[in-house]
Amino acid sequence: MENLSDQEKADMLDNCKKATFLIEKQQTGKIALQERLELEYHLSICEMCNTFMKQSLVINQFVKKLFHPGKSELKLDDGFKEQLQKQIDAKLDKPSDED
Amino acid sequence: MPNKNEAPALTDAGPNLWVKNYADYLYSYACTRIDDNELARDLVQETFLAALEGWEKFDKRSSEKTWLTAILKNKVFDVYRKKSNTSQNQTVSMNGSDTDEFFEESGHWKEGRYPEAFGIEDMALENKEFDSILKACLKKLPPLWKSVFTLKHIDEESSDDICAKLGLTSSNFWVISHRAKVSMRDCLQRNWI
Repeated sequence: MENLSDQEKADMLDNCKKATFLIEKQQTGKIALQERLELEYHLSICEMCNTFMKQSLVINQFVKKLFHPGKSELKLDDGFKEQLQKQIDAKLDKPSDED
Repeated sequence: MPNKNEAPALTDAGPNLWVKNYADYLYSYACTRIDDNELARDLVQETFLAALEGWEKFDKRSSEKTWLTAILKNKVFDVYRKKSNTSQNQTVSMNGSDTDEFFEESGHWKEGRYPEAFGIEDMALENKEFDSILKACLKKLPPLWKSVFTLKHIDEESSDDICAKLGLTSSNFWVISHRAKVSMRDCLQRNWI
C-alpha cells in the first residue's frame, strides 16, 4: 500500500478544511486513493475532524428521514382542493379542441 | 393476482380522482423541497393541469402517482434553477481569497468554530426537537446551497444530474456541498448544545 510523503503529510497536518471537504465527498460520492490516504492521515491525528465526520453522517441520516415524503402529514386545504377539482372537471367536460 | 409488497394501489382511476388520491401527497412532496407552502400549492395545481394536457399521451407504463410526481419534480427543478440563477454570486471557490468563516488560512478550524460532540452521534433517529432545529438550520442556508443539499440528501440525485440540472460544474458542486454541510453542522452545534 502506498504511503504519503513527508511533504504530503505536512500539507494535511492542519488542513481540517481539506479533510472535511474529503469527508463530504467520501460520504456522498467517491474519493481517489490519494485523497483517501490524506484523509486517513488527518483523521489519525485530529479529534475534531473525527467528530465532524460522525456528525456529518448523522445529519445525512436525519435529513433523509425527516423529509421522507411518506412520513409527511401535510394536507392541502379543502377549499383549494375543491377549486382544483372544479378546474379539472371543467377541463374534462370540455375536451381540448386540438384534435 | 401476483402478490405484491406494495399497498394495494389506489387503482389508477383517471383524472377525476387525482385531487382526492394525490393532492396531499404531491403537496407534501413539494413543501419538503421548496419551503414555500403557497408556491408548493401552485405547483400542485400546475402539475394537475399539465397532466391533463398530457393525459392522452400517458403510456401507463408507470402508475399515475409516479407519473404525476415526475411532472411535479420537473417543476420543482424549475424553481431551483430560478433561485440559483439569482444567486450565482453565492458560488464560492475552494481556494477563494474571501475570508473563510470557519477555517484559518492554514485550513485549520478557526477558534470558536471547533466541532464539539453534541450527543447526537449515537442517538436514535427519533428526536422531534433535533428535527426542528435541523429544519431551521436548513432554512438559513443560501438558496443555491439549500437546493444542492436538498437534492443530494432528500432526493438522492446523482451529483452529475444535480450539476446538469442546476448548471454547476462538478468542482463547484463539491465546494457548495462542503460549505453547506459545515454550516449546517455549526448551526446545529450552536442551537442544540
